[in-house]
Amino acid sequence: MSFIPGQPVTAVVQRIEILKLREGDNLILGFSIGGGIDQDPAQNPFSEDKTDKGIYVTRVSKGGPADVAGLMMGDKIMQVNGWDMTMVTHDQARKRLTKKSEDVVRLLVTRKSLQDAVRQSMMPR
Amino acid sequence: MDTESTYSGYSYHSGRSRGSHRHGERSRDRHKSRSKDSSRSEKSVTINAPPAEPLLGDQSIRGDEMQDDNWGETTTAVTGTSEHSLSQEDIVRISKDLDDSVGLDCKRYLSVSLSIILGLLVLLTPLAFLVLPHLLWPDRLRGCGTACEGLFISVAFKLLILLLAVWALFFRPPRAGMPRVFVFRALLATLVFLFVLSYWLFYGVRILDTQDQDYQGIVQYAVSLVDALLFIHYLAIVLLELRQLQPSFSICVTRSTDGETRHYNLGQLSIQRAAIAILENYYRDFPVHNPALLTASKSRAAKHLAGLKVYNVDGPGGNNAAASIAQSQSRAMIAAAARRRDSSHNELYYEEAEHERRVRKRKARLVVAVEEAFTHIRRIQEEEQKKSPGDVMDPREAAQAIFPSMARALQKYLRTTRQQHCHSMESIQQHLAFCIMHNMTPKAFLESYLTPGPTLQYGRERWLARQWTLISEASVTSGLKEGTVFLLKCIDFSLVATTKKIPYIKLSEEFIDPKSHKFVLRLQSETSV
Repeated sequence: MSFIPGQPVTAVVQRIEILKLREGDNLILGFSIGGGIDQDPAQNPFSEDKTDKGIYVTRVSKGGPADVAGLMMGDKIMQVNGWDMTMVTHDQARKRLTKKSEDVVRLLVTRKSLQDAVRQSMMPR
Repeated sequence: MDTESTYSGYSYHSGRSRGSHRHGERSRDRHKSRSKDSSRSEKSVTINAPPAEPLLGDQSIRGDEMQDDNWGETTTAVTGTSEHSLSQEDIVRISKDLDDSVGLDCKRYLSVSLSIILGLLVLLTPLAFLVLPHLLWPDRLRGCGTACEGLFISVAFKLLILLLAVWALFFRPPRAGMPRVFVFRALLATLVFLFVLSYWLFYGVRILDTQDQDYQGIVQYAVSLVDALLFIHYLAIVLLELRQLQPSFSICVTRSTDGETRHYNLGQLSIQRAAIAILENYYRDFPVHNPALLTASKSRAAKHLAGLKVYNVDGPGGNNAAASIAQSQSRAMIAAAARRRDSSHNELYYEEAEHERRVRKRKARLVVAVEEAFTHIRRIQEEEQKKSPGDVMDPREAAQAIFPSMARALQKYLRTTRQQHCHSMESIQQHLAFCIMHNMTPKAFLESYLTPGPTLQYGRERWLARQWTLISEASVTSGLKEGTVFLLKCIDFSLVATTKKIPYIKLSEEFIDPKSHKFVLRLQSETSV
């Protein structure tokens, strides 16, 4: 999922809709994120390209809303509710995901297996 | 242990012996010290530390093994067996020694004389080997060429070196008297004796009888004897001095009365030598034993027991019930004591707080008094001394002049901390004169009164260096092992020593390239949403 500066980013994405779960005073989604333009991309275990500063899913708690919706560990989040996630800081990403006024987040995520599947199907037999 | 320590001139709280038969013997023993008293069931032996003086006498005391056979398993102290050797001056001084060196001087005399004989034998044998052919068959002796005369020089210098080496190793004042024979020394003495004997036998048979004419061979024989003696001396150094230097055991020594504990690292030693090493360190490290400080816990203990009394309601049972009655009585007392709502902890707390406060107040007054006293005198310089010779004082007089102003405060402080019997007026004035002479500050002067120092700092009567008894289950000449426990008993208290082996340390190596120290900022955070 490398990008060429100046060119639009293209990726095969999956739509995932997560319904936030209310726990006490908080609305939780049930996964953890890592990455961001202010973080060190070389430490990201899930990215193929170690200069990729996007937001990745580092952990999905079992049985939580994200797991139920089909989010997997290692996914890169491209958009949240229409807001771009490829060039945000870590804190901005967290804020976009944890807005108290929204009950549902619609994510566009991409993962390597998706890319491979599409490439495979496009390959001439 | 406390109920046993009854020696009254010294110990504070037991004025009389709570006499059992054993006690009576023990006090008698103290005066007669080592007698052939075989009635002690434990293998307890007395260690003495005779005063030091330079020695005469040579390599070892084999006499002791003979002595040991005579005394059998009776636990008697050998006043003369010392770490290193004996001295003739020691024999002379025996009469000037303290009370208890009466019985075994013959043993000491014997050891000294035997070691002198061995020494002379060793020294004169090579010379005898060289001289005898010239005396007995001078005419038939083939002349001595240059090489042979060179060997004379070698014999002379080697003998000189041997003499110096023996002086360095063995001619030292004995630092302690051990109960049993010092095994290594006895072995070395036997070895030397057998060695010299075998050389004499060979000499007698092959040279004297046949009247050998080859003088050079005889000289070489004498040289080989001196060489071998030097090697035996090397063996002596290794066995007596070097072997125990590498530490392999850690000994934990606890004083039974107040729990002071120290740890010492020792090498491979026999139990008696380890005991002596521990005692030497005891005199340096442990604060002086002060029986006055132990009265408080005793009174508390007495109060615990005094509160309860047991009555036997069922009447006297048979004789066989007596033991069970006693047992049930003690169990009842323990149970009742456990249930009783005891406020003695409260008393202890407040009493200790009060005592602390009192001590601090007295200490403050003392410090101020001493500082003020020290301002009254001033050291005068040489020139001034010539000018006004009138009221010039030497340190002792100066001390006597300023002592009265601080005497009261010091006395009160010593009474509060229960040290007053450790310091006499005379000793305080002496110490004051000493401090004045060496330009010490008041704080330096007070230091020896504010904290209890090691036993050696106080007068000789506190040392009790001759009253130590070694109590051990294993034989005292056997080596230290993991878990060896032995007791060093003095009159009022005892030192409990436990041995632990120092662990075998396995050290591994890791190489870190100095260029590999690189750092980055850690900016990877993970947030749960």
